[in-house]
Amino acid sequence: MSLDLAAIRRDFPILDQQINGHPLVYLDNAASSQKPNQVIDAISDYYRQDNANVHRGVHRLSQRATDAYEGARDKVRAFVNAKSDKEIIFVRGATEAVNLVAQSFVRPMLAKGDDVLISHMEHHANIVPWQMVCEQTGANLKVIPMTTKGELDLSGLNELLNERTKIMAVGHVSNALGTINPVKDMIAKAHAKGIPVLVDGAQAVPHMAVDVQDLDCDFYVFSGHKMFAPTGIGALYGKQDLLEAMPPWQGGGDMILSVSFAHTQYNELPYKFEAGTPHIAGAIGLGAAIDYMQTLGVDKIAQHEHDLLVVATTRLDALDGVRIIGRAEHKASVVSFMIAGVHPHDVGTIFDQQGVAIRTGHHCAQPVMQFFGIPATARASFAFYNTFEEIDALVDAIKKVQELFA
Amino acid sequence: MSAGDLRDLYQQVIMDHNKKPRNFREMSDANHLAHGNNPLCGDALVVYLKLNGDVIEDVSFQGSGCAISVASASLMTEALKGKTIAEADRLYTLVHKQMTGEEIDTSSLGKLEVLSGVKEFPARVKCATLSWHTIHAAMDNDHDISVTTE
Repeated sequence: MSLDLAAIRRDFPILDQQINGHPLVYLDNAASSQKPNQVIDAISDYYRQDNANVHRGVHRLSQRATDAYEGARDKVRAFVNAKSDKEIIFVRGATEAVNLVAQSFVRPMLAKGDDVLISHMEHHANIVPWQMVCEQTGANLKVIPMTTKGELDLSGLNELLNERTKIMAVGHVSNALGTINPVKDMIAKAHAKGIPVLVDGAQAVPHMAVDVQDLDCDFYVFSGHKMFAPTGIGALYGKQDLLEAMPPWQGGGDMILSVSFAHTQYNELPYKFEAGTPHIAGAIGLGAAIDYMQTLGVDKIAQHEHDLLVVATTRLDALDGVRIIGRAEHKASVVSFMIAGVHPHDVGTIFDQQGVAIRTGHHCAQPVMQFFGIPATARASFAFYNTFEEIDALVDAIKKVQELFA
Repeated sequence: MSAGDLRDLYQQVIMDHNKKPRNFREMSDANHLAHGNNPLCGDALVVYLKLNGDVIEDVSFQGSGCAISVASASLMTEALKGKTIAEADRLYTLVHKQMTGEEIDTSSLGKLEVLSGVKEFPARVKCATLSWHTIHAAMDNDHDISVTTE
């Protein structure tokens, strides 16, 4: 049984609207995904019925809020198959999670001359926090190169992983190209040399089942808003022994057991890393998004999106003057492309006039753009609610651009 | 807004200046220049300026960008050659007002009137104004300055 797209689209009220006299065709899911009623209702029900602070009050609302918040944590744990709820830290998003690991885990063990290893394909969120920690410590940022197909060139990985390397941080799926990186193999190679690994899963979790125990990654980070949950909530998975050994990175309420002016005793995991009142409604929304995806079936989602990717790729390849950037063997449903003689920014405006929402620009991955020698690309990125008719609209929009710029 | 309005933005003059930008060259004897960048879309221009007193004796540009930013820069170089700094400032004020939808007397705009289509596309105003911000920086300073319009 495949997905019932008509029923799914009824769950996403935002999709049912006209833009510039055309039905909205939302193909900017890699930037941010839309939210189903189930998520919107979970958030609004929380505020209407259960809102209170967590982990504090003995009153009923506080207990309900705490149960819902911790219930969401357990949903995240199950979603990525972590061993324990203690390994799931709620954060604002993948960016905050990378910064947390860079500052709390990596910075204390970095010395001048050490290496931090990332890849050429990373989103700025998995580059800049490492650059910052390198500047703070005198460590060097090393980069795994990529190929013109848009895959990582792993031929030199063994040399890049050496006694100076203190961490490898790599994206599971490239947001600019859609490439699915062989992170499990890369993790095994790093671990063979005792090097811990952080995986940026922001573009992976909306599209595929992720099992952190199977990957054996040390840290896995993702954002809620790219997987049908609200903005401002995300999760950091970390192996418990590593998290236990790490110092807190922000101080405040909720992350303490006792405070005096002489000494503060930090709280246990995961609260040690959750200073201040958290984004309770966001976490509940993330839990609802996970429920929604699991009701549909993550494997069915992956299959439908793969079908969309194959059809979109075939259709765009059949058009003269259209070049797809990123030809990896294994890709998520992201199609970055160039239209000959037309700047992507113009493409974006003309698409918008036809109701087709795509991202144009450097996708917060300027090194990828520099590698291909282009300032920007147009990017169509699909979610499970997208239809094959919307690929027709994409193709029509490209033809419209070419007609205008002929 | 109908799709027909795209023709207001991408008028023939704009398409022509995008394909064949005027004064698109380095200027070895420029006495002012500035770099203009729009980090959001990756547009990057260099504007070269040769000032003789307060007269713009020559102006040129190089770089890459969308059709709107390239055409706007090209049209700007044509319009400003031979003008004084004060006249250039007045023209820029008019161009900017026209793009943001203010009522203006268009008689002194000449070809620059084709940029009026931008007002229906607020997200693109920054593309059309990039070269103008950059030349302003070039006039105010001697050499290298980065302008961002975000």
